[in-house]
Amino acid sequence: MSETTEPLVRFDSVQKSYDGEILVVKDFNLDVAKGEFVTMLGPSGSGKTTCLMMLAGFEPATHGEIYLEGVPINNVPPHKRGIGMVFQNYALFPHMTVAENLAFPLEVRGLGKSEISDKVNKALDMVRLGGFGDRRPAQLSGGQQQRVAVSRALVFEPSLVLMDEPLGALDKNLREEMQYEIKHIHENLQVTMVYVTHDQSEALTMSNRIAVFDDGIVQQLAPPSELYEKPMNAFVAGFIGENNRLYGEVKEINGDYCQVELEGGGGMVKALAVNIGGVGSRTTLSLRPERTTIGAAKESSTNSLEAKVEELIYLGDHIRSRVSLSGNDQFIVKVPNSHGHVHLKEGETTQIGWEADDCRALDA
Amino acid sequence: MADNTTAGEVVLAADGLPLKASLNRAMRKSRRRALFLVAPLFIFVLFSFLIPIFDMTMRSVDNWHVSTLMPETTKALEGWDGEAMPEEPVFAALILDLKAGAISREIGKVGTRLNYEKSGLRSMITSSARKSKKVTEGPYKPQVLKMHKRWKELETWKVIKRNTAPYTIGYYLNAVDMKYDNKTGDIVMQSEDRQIYTTLFIRTFAISLAITLICVVLAYPISYLLATLPVRYSNLLMIFVLLPFWTSLLVRTTAWIAMLQSQGVLNDLFVFVGLVDDADRLQLIHNLTGTIIAMTHILLPFMVLPLFSVMKTIPPSYMRAALSLGANPVVAFVRVYMPQTLSGIGAGSILVFILSIGYYITPALVGGTDGTLISNQIAYHMQSSLNWGLAGALGALLLFSVLALYLIYNKIVGIDNMRLG
Amino acid sequence: MNKLMKMSALAVAGVALAGMASTAQAVDLNVVSWGGAYTASQINAYHKPYMKANPGVKLNSLDYSGGLAEMRAQTESGNVTWDLVDVVLSDAITGCDEGMFRPIKIDSEMAKAPDGTPASKDFLEGTLLSECFVPQIIYSTVFAYRADAWGGKKPTTMADVFDTKKFPGKRTLQKKPVNNLEWALLADGVPLNKIYDVLDTDAGKDRAFAKLATIKKDVIWWTEGAVPPQLLADGEAVFGTGYNGRWFSAIAEEKQPFAMLWDGQVLDIDGWAVPAKGKNVAAVMKFVKYATDTQRLADQAKYISYGPARKSSGPMVSKHATLGIEMGPHMPTSFADQGFLTNFAWWADNGDEMTERFNAWLLKN
Repeated sequence: MSETTEPLVRFDSVQKSYDGEILVVKDFNLDVAKGEFVTMLGPSGSGKTTCLMMLAGFEPATHGEIYLEGVPINNVPPHKRGIGMVFQNYALFPHMTVAENLAFPLEVRGLGKSEISDKVNKALDMVRLGGFGDRRPAQLSGGQQQRVAVSRALVFEPSLVLMDEPLGALDKNLREEMQYEIKHIHENLQVTMVYVTHDQSEALTMSNRIAVFDDGIVQQLAPPSELYEKPMNAFVAGFIGENNRLYGEVKEINGDYCQVELEGGGGMVKALAVNIGGVGSRTTLSLRPERTTIGAAKESSTNSLEAKVEELIYLGDHIRSRVSLSGNDQFIVKVPNSHGHVHLKEGETTQIGWEADDCRALDA
Repeated sequence: MADNTTAGEVVLAADGLPLKASLNRAMRKSRRRALFLVAPLFIFVLFSFLIPIFDMTMRSVDNWHVSTLMPETTKALEGWDGEAMPEEPVFAALILDLKAGAISREIGKVGTRLNYEKSGLRSMITSSARKSKKVTEGPYKPQVLKMHKRWKELETWKVIKRNTAPYTIGYYLNAVDMKYDNKTGDIVMQSEDRQIYTTLFIRTFAISLAITLICVVLAYPISYLLATLPVRYSNLLMIFVLLPFWTSLLVRTTAWIAMLQSQGVLNDLFVFVGLVDDADRLQLIHNLTGTIIAMTHILLPFMVLPLFSVMKTIPPSYMRAALSLGANPVVAFVRVYMPQTLSGIGAGSILVFILSIGYYITPALVGGTDGTLISNQIAYHMQSSLNWGLAGALGALLLFSVLALYLIYNKIVGIDNMRLG
Repeated sequence: MNKLMKMSALAVAGVALAGMASTAQAVDLNVVSWGGAYTASQINAYHKPYMKANPGVKLNSLDYSGGLAEMRAQTESGNVTWDLVDVVLSDAITGCDEGMFRPIKIDSEMAKAPDGTPASKDFLEGTLLSECFVPQIIYSTVFAYRADAWGGKKPTTMADVFDTKKFPGKRTLQKKPVNNLEWALLADGVPLNKIYDVLDTDAGKDRAFAKLATIKKDVIWWTEGAVPPQLLADGEAVFGTGYNGRWFSAIAEEKQPFAMLWDGQVLDIDGWAVPAKGKNVAAVMKFVKYATDTQRLADQAKYISYGPARKSSGPMVSKHATLGIEMGPHMPTSFADQGFLTNFAWWADNGDEMTERFNAWLLKN
């Protein structure tokens, strides 16, 4: 976070409760810089949409303050916040044509007729819907409606655009296409975006930074690569990407590393001490499937354990292998389908090895 | 292959029959099934609705009485020019008809029919029919003229002559406050102190319109509340809205009277808070105010239900989207929310308007002088005066004006846009 | 078509009658009346004893709200299910003129008085106004007022009803021209026996409406008979018109502070009419003969305060069956000299015109 430039959006210890008994958002802090693409990612009910609604002004914060360009906005009604928003079901006004939908924010701002039609045409061109201005939303496909919704949120040139699971209703191919489209719009217009989704690949594809939500708390706020490679706790490690878990007890801590004795009789392994208590505390070891080697000689890796091959799934570019290791029979290893790699058979016993830096000891 | 593609070529199915025929055959079974499913309703509607309506409409032009029950007189009057009193053959025919009618005891119907055109002809016909039994031989003219003074009036004969025609527009003239001038035979306005039906038509439409508007104004906020509240609260509220449906008319009427009369609860309250003086309490019932209050109360659910069902389908994100786009709440409501409820407003308005046009018990009970609507007159002519021809004409006019309104509505709003929930 | 239907209906009726005669007396009769306390009094006085004496006859009591609409519909369709109808005299006249009801020879078909007087002499004068009608009771439409409304002052004449200065307060009148026009003329000084002569002239009609207009703003118009006693009880009105039976029960049973104003009471007659195309005419005529004999008419007065239509029944009227009140002073027949009988012939001729004029007058301010 840069000290010199004011963040565009700041959540300052924001809390939210609907019923006065349960906090759906517990102490939420977030700074969003100008031009940034920040995604709030989390399972449903984790509080991410609530945070977005508080930012948009549709839900009041129970406690704490939200700032937009340094100004507290808790008491600013939604229509005065100047924030563009794309809704989950697009919320295109069904009784207006596409062009009228786009003109709506400009009309309520009192722009002139010719200016409005210029801007509307430009916005439609931007999302490649040049000839569709006279249609009703119901006459468009899901993807087209989505693009209209995005361009409507942008047409009045807000500095901040919020998107609430905008791609949830699209099928998989269209969703991927739209991810890139939104990403490109973001890059071209340099507009700040706050995006809410429960789809991690969507988040990883599009965002500068991702806030992972669970249980009303931001578990980790980091760029996608860091989130994937350096998860700070077991929830993030499990939520983002595929992840092997091993449980154990911390026996010894040496600077950045620690020695962990595995439950299930796997013996001692060396791991990166990321998020653990003292010696004797329980820990979860997190290990990405692609960071393990299989069939390696015992000496070539820091850690090496014996494993039994339970199941092989042929996936073309790689073979997904489920092995049982230290009592965990859901341990996944990806074996590249290339020359020079071992070819396993089900039931056979092999060695699985990994480096201490790839094995993160996290909270239990 | 090439000759198969010529224009107009019949496309053949796999078995060589034309595709259309095959399709028809395949569809016939499902069509028969559909027919079978709607048949009971169709028959019910036919006998309980269409045939009675047709029958009443026919009665509004049917004029069988004179030509059927006084066939001889009808024939004898064929050549009469209407300039001078008819001659002996007509009177001879009249005596024949009166005698036959007295025996069949149906001559009263002629009297009733003629009395619609001119008051007093009923007793002329019935008393003359009684007296005709004693007439044995001619000349008949002097004997008939002695039977009743009205036989001497040329007007009487013109009325009879006019009504020998098997069809009449007389009932429709009556229904729009017009009549035949019995002296000249021209169509003229009804005398001023008997003009009632046009006033009542206008009044009925005006009151119905007022009730519809009040219903829209009252139902809109409550429907909005119902549609946005959580289901457990909205169900409870809905019961209050539907309560008028579940109480009998008499209970409701008694309740209104207890509430609204000048010594009633509402006036007591007004006096208590000092809103009105005890000496001049408000007259809230037995007048137009009472009619409108009571009918609005009854018909409100018919507005709430379609509005509610339409509003229920509008997700809150539309309003939020409008706000996020910079519209203040009022603009957002007017430009985004309201247009989407138009179909509900339309459906509710049509329901309430048509129902209020047809209401007559409530206005009769709580309406006092102002409570007479056109349907009260229709009911009166159906049940009391037995002038079914006029009742049919009034009913047909009402039906046609409602249909016309419906067509206009369809033209403006489009009936496809109407949602009843 | 119409003729064919009628003939076939007749044929069916004929066959049915023949069948009826052969299977002895087992017969169901549908007797239609006004319902409520009135029908109850008929059941007590007529139906029960008759069914006891004639085990083969079952009398079904049906209710209707008056008027001839249903009767005409049945007659026109040729399927008449009513066997006997309790009608007001004016409806009997209209129905008789239209051939809905069967003419009855009153002397040969109805019972003599106990002293041997023929029926036509025993029924009160002026009650046998239709050949299709057997009189049953005399009732009246009459004014009552709140006895406590003006301190010690009491209205005594029809003129007082129209005097809103001397007797201020709302009046509740039935929303139809019949009676109201007569009362207006009466209040305007026309003697009882001249009312219809005056009303038959255009000037007389104008005069009646003009007099009625003097109290128009003080009138609450009623359409349901239950309303006027209620309005008086609630203090909404001080004068009201209504059937004397209803006033009787309000005063005698509910102890309301009302008093009767017998002056100008309009006597009316209620009685039996037999549908001409009914299916059990012979059986019905037997019942009507029984139900209108001297004893039965006197019996009915024990249950309701309407006067019997036979002279010979008068002296036999005694006390109310449950209240124990002497019924004589509550019978409209006891005040017959202060009242008059509606001229039904005049109303048959002028009813439509007067009703239109009355409704138009109501709408004018």
